Amino acid sequence: MIAALAGMLLVGILALPEAREALERVMAAHMLVQIPLLAAAGALIASGVPPGWRTRIEAWNRGGVSGMVLALIASAWWMVPRALDQALASPAMELTKFVTLPLLVGAPVALSWSHVGAVGRGFVIANVLPMWAVVGWLYVVAPVRVCNFYLVEQQVSAGAALLAASVALAAGVGVLAFRPYRTPPIHR
Amino acid sequence: MGDEPRAWLRTAVASLAICAAGGALLARGTDGFRALTSEQARRNEIARAPRAVPAVALEDQDGRPFALAAYRGRPLAVDFVYTQCRSVCSLLSTGFQRLDRAEWSRGGARDDRLQLVSVSFDPRDTPARLREYASHFGADGHAWRFARLRDPGDLGELLGAFGVVVIPAAGGDFQHNAAVHLVDARGRLARVLDAGAQPEEVARALASMGPAPPLAAATDGR
Repeated sequence: MIAALAGMLLVGILALPEAREALERVMAAHMLVQIPLLAAAGALIASGVPPGWRTRIEAWNRGGVSGMVLALIASAWWMVPRALDQALASPAMELTKFVTLPLLVGAPVALSWSHVGAVGRGFVIANVLPMWAVVGWLYVVAPVRVCNFYLVEQQVSAGAALLAASVALAAGVGVLAFRPYRTPPIHR
Repeated sequence: MGDEPRAWLRTAVASLAICAAGGALLARGTDGFRALTSEQARRNEIARAPRAVPAVALEDQDGRPFALAAYRGRPLAVDFVYTQCRSVCSLLSTGFQRLDRAEWSRGGARDDRLQLVSVSFDPRDTPARLREYASHFGADGHAWRFARLRDPGDLGELLGAFGVVVIPAAGGDFQHNAAVHLVDARGRLARVLDAGAQPEEVARALASMGPAPPLAAATDGR
């Protein structure tokens, strides 16, 4: 319950005009700090879902499939450059961002990930990380400015940060995936 | 049916429903996956629904007052620049120079050629500065005019109507979405093309725009 309250508090803090101004002024902070924190807040909020509700959700979310599909589609929208521009230009789209990232990205992942099997987890990670890397690389090398509200230098640094984050995460996941472990003895 | 298969069936139904609804929303938000950037969305929107250009008062490089509405009946291309720009504006102005030197024919009347107006959004650009910039690109000041707002307070209205976003950058520079804006014979902003659009491209766009007789363009050797 405390985690859920902390999640709501986090959304509240991120929604403060000062926090929004500070994080949205820089494209890299908008994409790599504010958006992930909103999703993380949703994951915290999901920990407050009562057991009865969890059972009902799981009846429609075997293997975490529905939740992961929902999170992947909702997060795809927030990777579209036009969405970032719209969030800055229109209060309705900004509100949409503050609702959808916690509830349609962070919360479904938190409610689904523990049900996703090892192969499914590997599949998601192995698709998401290269996608981030490619998006980051495109932002660095794109000959055009993709956001009307961000300078081209900001686009390059956001791309570089996204690329760096995906490489760092891939390295971390790689270490976990390939860490040595004792093979259980085979009994004949 | 047992509980477990039923749960998997429900999950499949839920996932497909999410894919369908999510896909539809993504398609809607990106104009059917044709506009991933605001700039492309603006171009699609203007091509689909041409909009009237605002009647803001401008003055050209010789201090003569005029309005974009005065060009009604003649094909017009507008771009937005500032004279101290070192990057994208020179691309725009070189493109306009190419359009200026292209041979526009429609029944041969001189008045029928494509008219060009370059509007500065920089309050530091005085008519004298615009005149100097115009002469640098060989603009005659009539068929290709450089202009600024008579009342700087109208800037928001003008840029808003064209969908141009200008943000200040370091060192007194600006960054802005650069494009060639075509205004049709009825005085409506009807097409937006890339900054370096060739005369042939512009002629094709003008021909596709509406009731005015089509224009043909041929680049001469100059």
